Amino acid sequence: MTTLVIAEHDNTSLKPATLNAVAAAQAIGGDIDILVAGADCGAAAEAAAAVPGIGKVLAADNAAYANQLAENVSLLIADVASAYDNVVAPATTSGKNIMPRVAALMDVAQISDIISVDSPDTFKRPIYAGNVIATVQSSDAKKVITVRTTAFDAVAETGGTAAVEAVDAVHDAGLSSFISEEVAESDRPELTAASVVISGGRGMQNGDNFQLLEGIADKLGAAIGASRAAVDAGFVPNDYQVGQTGKIVAPDLYVAVGISGAIQHLAGMKDSKVIVAINKDEDAPIFQVADYGLVADLFTALPELEAAL
Amino acid sequence: MKALVAVKRVVDYNVKVRAKADGSDVELNNVKMAINPFCEIAVEEAVRLKEAGTVSEVVVVSVGEKSCQEQIRTALALGADRGIHVEVEGRPEPLEVAKLLKGVVDKEQPQLVILGKQSIDGDNNQTGQMLGALAGMGQGTFASEIKVDGDSLQVTREVDGGLQTLKLNLPAIVTTDLRLNEPRYASLPNIMKAKKKPLDVTSPADLGVEMSSHITQLGVAPPPERSAGIKVEDVAQLVDKLKNEAKVIS
Repeated sequence: MTTLVIAEHDNTSLKPATLNAVAAAQAIGGDIDILVAGADCGAAAEAAAAVPGIGKVLAADNAAYANQLAENVSLLIADVASAYDNVVAPATTSGKNIMPRVAALMDVAQISDIISVDSPDTFKRPIYAGNVIATVQSSDAKKVITVRTTAFDAVAETGGTAAVEAVDAVHDAGLSSFISEEVAESDRPELTAASVVISGGRGMQNGDNFQLLEGIADKLGAAIGASRAAVDAGFVPNDYQVGQTGKIVAPDLYVAVGISGAIQHLAGMKDSKVIVAINKDEDAPIFQVADYGLVADLFTALPELEAAL
Repeated sequence: MKALVAVKRVVDYNVKVRAKADGSDVELNNVKMAINPFCEIAVEEAVRLKEAGTVSEVVVVSVGEKSCQEQIRTALALGADRGIHVEVEGRPEPLEVAKLLKGVVDKEQPQLVILGKQSIDGDNNQTGQMLGALAGMGQGTFASEIKVDGDSLQVTREVDGGLQTLKLNLPAIVTTDLRLNEPRYASLPNIMKAKKKPLDVTSPADLGVEMSSHITQLGVAPPPERSAGIKVEDVAQLVDKLKNEAKVIS
């Protein structure tokens, strides 16, 4: 059995999500290769070659694959995947964007967001905002799978010496082009990879008050997140959102501040090891999943917490 | 320009769904059903484009059992012009839904197809992208802003790093994210009017699609339960617990 893992990268380095996807591929078993599709992505391909246990790295380096346009990259993956039994990608916004196109081109189902591998054709995945875990079996000869990264411990980043092989196929569907992106620059760890996350909700009242979280985040080396309510209200940008349809996080410590705890938010953070909730409403549902709850006004509690750390 | 919007009937987002005791499936008896929230945003966007004069007709389609006509009527009450019900039994998989929608796209020839980015029951996040591949159209998934510009479409997408803007040739697929718009409430007169709007029923055979299944659900189970922990008295006690009991900070 052979599995092709689709690398998530920025052309110069691998994103950690790739290492979680490789871990899921290892759980499925068999030989694993990595596909790095991008433009001037040689450095990312070299990084992929250093991941231990990889057979080879396929590098498709062409302007058509810059910015990971789904129309082009899906054609490439479907082409390369004809030689593999499984195609596995992390369930990031990029993986979610591209992989269903790949599955449709291959005329197979996609198994989205798996959290465990029971056997090479049977997987567990959350449905209904994680209120239910389904066990599903695929009857497709070739499987297209996306992986919930928090459910698989990342493999080591270095130690391997796989060969890098160029893929010359150029697939340009000519349907789409990249115009621009607004990417938040931050010195903080990435939300989905941070070991501590502190999130604010509607109770923060406005965007300026998120500064109260920043001092604490600095001391804890934490990433900052938010509930949907806080993003919808415009307090913080969309990439802060933790929840069913936002980012899924599972840090060692998750601190929810001024977040009531709607099921859609819980779906994104309830696998955190330790959960702290700070909320002035003692009946807030967030306390039902919190290991440590503090019923307090966040505007008093947050400065106290920052001072105590 | 014609817009096609796909909508799905799902369990209402306020319902906490549970697994049946025997683990065979989720408990869906006597559960409130509704239009999938992302699909509602899709309908709203199409209706706004019509109000702005960009779109001339909004056609809404749903794939499912007869009961999904309720959700088509909801979309008609929000301002869609006519409905198409693709009647199928059971729960078709995203690939089959995409094939059926491709059949509808071939017949209707819309310039713009808007879908929700995912349904809140299966949480698959697949159908729009699959339809894009089958119909040979470009896609703007997880859209927070769209702008029709002549024969192309500019889409701003919510991605992990922030926002990305793409240009797509029309016809194109858009899948909605939460910030695209805030759907209106249907007024009573519009709900009454919606009952008289045309709603055609079609079948997979009419669309030339043979239904098949690729995935078998072997069972469902509740996730590991998290039990509530303790309430701490003050910040000092919280920090002490995190340091000495949970050992997650130093």
